[in-house]
Amino acid sequence: MRKGWQGTGQPCVEFDWAGGELVAAVAEFDSVGLRYGTGAEVLRDLDFRLRFGTFYFLTGPSGAGKTSLLKLLYLAQRPTRGRIRLFGEELSEAPREALPPYRRRIGVVFQDFRLIKHMSAFDNVALPLRIAGASDADVEGPVREMLAWVGLADRASARPPTLSGGEQQRVAIARAVINRPELLVADEPTGNVDAEMANRLMGLFTAMNRLGTTVVVATHDMGLIKSTPGAHQIRLENGTLVDPTGSLKNAHRPARPSA
Amino acid sequence: MFDWFFVSLPERRLLAATGRRAPTPWVIAIMSFTIMLVAATGLALASTASVLSRAIEARYSLEVPGGGVNLDTLVAIVRSSPGVASAEAVSESEMRRTLKRWLGPAAQSQELPVPALINFDVKPGANLGSMEQRARMIVPGARIVAHRDSVAPLLRSLTFLQVIAFGLVVLLSAAAAAAVVLAARGALDTHRFTIDVMHGIGATDLQVTNLFQRKIAIDAFIGSIAGGAAAAAVLLVLAGGASFVRDLTGGATLGLRDIVILTLLPFALTALATWVARTAVLRALREAL
Repeated sequence: MRKGWQGTGQPCVEFDWAGGELVAAVAEFDSVGLRYGTGAEVLRDLDFRLRFGTFYFLTGPSGAGKTSLLKLLYLAQRPTRGRIRLFGEELSEAPREALPPYRRRIGVVFQDFRLIKHMSAFDNVALPLRIAGASDADVEGPVREMLAWVGLADRASARPPTLSGGEQQRVAIARAVINRPELLVADEPTGNVDAEMANRLMGLFTAMNRLGTTVVVATHDMGLIKSTPGAHQIRLENGTLVDPTGSLKNAHRPARPSA
Repeated sequence: MFDWFFVSLPERRLLAATGRRAPTPWVIAIMSFTIMLVAATGLALASTASVLSRAIEARYSLEVPGGGVNLDTLVAIVRSSPGVASAEAVSESEMRRTLKRWLGPAAQSQELPVPALINFDVKPGANLGSMEQRARMIVPGARIVAHRDSVAPLLRSLTFLQVIAFGLVVLLSAAAAAAVVLAARGALDTHRFTIDVMHGIGATDLQVTNLFQRKIAIDAFIGSIAGGAAAAAVLLVLAGGASFVRDLTGGATLGLRDIVILTLLPFALTALATWVARTAVLRALREAL
């Protein structure tokens, strides 16, 4: 195994040779377990790797541990055992001050949107860019464009409490993708939008995936999975991983879903 | 160094007002007001002690027991001694009149031995031992007493009061710092959701801290200046209207150095509050992932 480098000059992904082809991993879980407090383990013995530029659906019944797994992926939680490598770096025991640069490379769509209520839709979407140090001039254009893309150009100054659930979800998605993350993690991203908007948002995700972003979408919506050809499915049951498509162990070069 | 103060307007909006303003400026104002008054008292005491100490440093008394029959002779001896700048006799009757204020008619009792005094100031080089010997040749039992020995307990009391004033300033500053810690933790709790979102998106502790530091620094500055201004007004009234204070302290007032110290106190309090807020926020943030 050897370390790879992305165009930014930063070490970003891990490559290995398998099946005669070079495969890159954006995330690697090695015997990972997670428990909250002194309770039982909600995730057990997770061993998998997410390949760079691949589209994954994370499925499973309620309580299977999907949200917990996503939290581990977007560095909101540390595993209680095992090791996690993200972007080629071992981060499960990394000091907390080392995490922000990695978090900036991950876009997250939370199930409860997690929008800042007293800030406008524009400011919510602009937040990742501002945190990354972009100037106001650099923020204006991309944020307007992104809001237009999710159909909220005329709601830029609206605050989340005045937006419908679907509109809030679109703002949350716009915020997650505004800085073109290398890993996009979405927890039920289409739960509050109509079918047309769901298709549109999935179109955005697949477009980002085509540009190289690894996408992980937790969902119950089998229709969504079927409408995204080429995507892989990860299934969690009782905190352990089931791999119906074999996509996690199969080391072929990642397939790209069609738009 | 002051990057934290110049965060952009959109970043400032992250910590939007929560409806009513936190009590931090009021608490800091009260602390600043009290600290200024206590510090002014301490500085005035120091000034008084200094004036008093300087005034009596070279002042002595020749105590003449037995009523001072040969008082004029003794005054002549004192005045002719080398190094004596001035001398003034206080007769036994004058002493009894003075004592009458405290002792009443008993001060006139002949059973109360009251010495006459010769107060004199000396310059460097005066030979007090020789003077005392010459005086004893006229009045056995005459002795020279240094005023600084008599006033030493008073000076010690003044020094003690200064220490108390300084201690109070330190304690009040610590109380202000504790109030800031509570305010910072309260603000963190109020904005916990925003902080979580910021962290999740990749904000560093320093980016989050800068927002709180700026907010608390402004609150502390407003409070410190308001409290300091109120204290200054009170001190001006006292200094202008209460001449008895000057009489009591022998004309001691706050000097330029004291005024500079008092003027700097609100700024020092602001700096302390800002540093404490920064430390408290950073420490609290470290408890999260």
